[in-house]
Amino acid sequence: MQTTDAKPVMEIKLRAKGIGMIFKRDGNCTSVLDNIDLDVGDGEFLCLLGPSGCGKSTMLNIIAGFLEPTNGTVTIDGEAVKGPDSRRIFVFQERGVFPWLTVEGNIGFGLFRLSRGEREKRIAHYVKLVGLQGFEKAYPQELSGGMKQRLEVARALAVNPDMLFLDEPFGALDSITRLIMRGELLRIWEAERKTIVFVTHDIDEAVQLADRVVVMSTRPAKIQKIVEIDIAHPRDISSPRYLELRDGIFEAIGLAHKV
Amino acid sequence: MSPLVRLRPLAFIVILLGVWHIAVNRQPVHLLPDPLQVATGFVELIQRGLLLKYVVASLFRVTWGFCLAAAIAIPAGLAIGWHRRAEMALNPLLQILRPISPLAWIPISILWFGVGDVAAIFLIFLASLLPLTLTAINAVEGIPQVYVNAGRNFGLSRAGLVYSVLYPAVIPRLIIGLRITLGIAWLVVVAAEMIAVNSGLGFLIVDARNAGNRYDLVVAGMVAIGLIGLLLDTWMRSLEGIRALRWGYSED
Repeated sequence: MQTTDAKPVMEIKLRAKGIGMIFKRDGNCTSVLDNIDLDVGDGEFLCLLGPSGCGKSTMLNIIAGFLEPTNGTVTIDGEAVKGPDSRRIFVFQERGVFPWLTVEGNIGFGLFRLSRGEREKRIAHYVKLVGLQGFEKAYPQELSGGMKQRLEVARALAVNPDMLFLDEPFGALDSITRLIMRGELLRIWEAERKTIVFVTHDIDEAVQLADRVVVMSTRPAKIQKIVEIDIAHPRDISSPRYLELRDGIFEAIGLAHKV
Repeated sequence: MSPLVRLRPLAFIVILLGVWHIAVNRQPVHLLPDPLQVATGFVELIQRGLLLKYVVASLFRVTWGFCLAAAIAIPAGLAIGWHRRAEMALNPLLQILRPISPLAWIPISILWFGVGDVAAIFLIFLASLLPLTLTAINAVEGIPQVYVNAGRNFGLSRAGLVYSVLYPAVIPRLIIGLRITLGIAWLVVVAAEMIAVNSGLGFLIVDARNAGNRYDLVVAGMVAIGLIGLLLDTWMRSLEGIRALRWGYSED
């Protein structure tokens, strides 16, 4: 069981310091991120939470190495991030799977350095882990949204990365599939202990999944609040503590908790 | 589809042939040969061995012109599309060349290559070159950024990215472009053969008129052109049915 007492001894995996991002378009400058400092512990599940368009995806793209920040630095394991790296895999919404490859082909995509036998073993392992047995030869087009999403997670895990970056990965799924996928992701995370940075605009999703929730403000985004979710998994989503934490975040974002 | 529905287009053609036959024979002055005369002409062309010979000649020219164009235009177009600056530099030129009908090049191709196969092949090459280049450029620009990012994320080299992401991602669009361009090439070969050579289906049409107003053979030649065009298109279309490519043609 995961306890919060273990947190302080957690080693720092990723450190972002003074991250600022200014986009220039048609002569206009838009400041998207403003002086963000963030540490992510090794093996931690961290959620970046904020309203749509606040810059949380930009932040994720910066720490994944796809974007270069205007100011600040990102280091992972003490090494400066200079670009994307196969030790850290970015999971897009299910749009990221390659439609021209089968399930097997997609999972094996990053395994080109392995021998054939080793590759096949890994593919079989991850097909099973995400429950896609029987669909090995299917193309993404023939899969449902949830299956495509699991496929993309499997493709990411197959290269055995230390970190996963997930950008609203379940945003396009229906609410039932989304709930199932959250459970699956936690199961996989507990089995493989990757460091996960998960971007979402869904408060419940963040509180259900994360060790810590980083609440970001509207643009230019700053870190408004960091909330530790000190509830062990599996989480009872009607427990007083859960509701208390969730309502605290609702308040921080400035939403009346009534519809 | 039920067999009856399948037969509908065929039935329509038969009715049209009937109308054609009646209409032509009610006129004192024959503006067209009737379908039976055309059919007889068709049989005559087959018996004299001309049809096969001319079809082969036309396909030979189309194959050479089209394949040469594809061999140059596709790699060039992919490279141009991949490098945004090259695309920006070349785009105005391509847009000026595009509205020039390939047939406008006939005098120049005869000047350069004389009357003969090479001139005709050159015309088909020119007619195919630009559409294929533009297709390849657009195909690269249409690749969703997520695929490229995913490829980079898994540590592919530049060559690996081209082979494992760029190339498979553009194939469906390239096939559409190839199919449309092959149609253009087949249009142009007929025109080129009317002027630059003395064989082929285009030549057949001009020759049948010049050598004694054999309009039955003219129309027979037209029918042959239509049927072969249809076969080429069906063949190219069948590529779109390949399972690994089907994603490129679906709605979602």
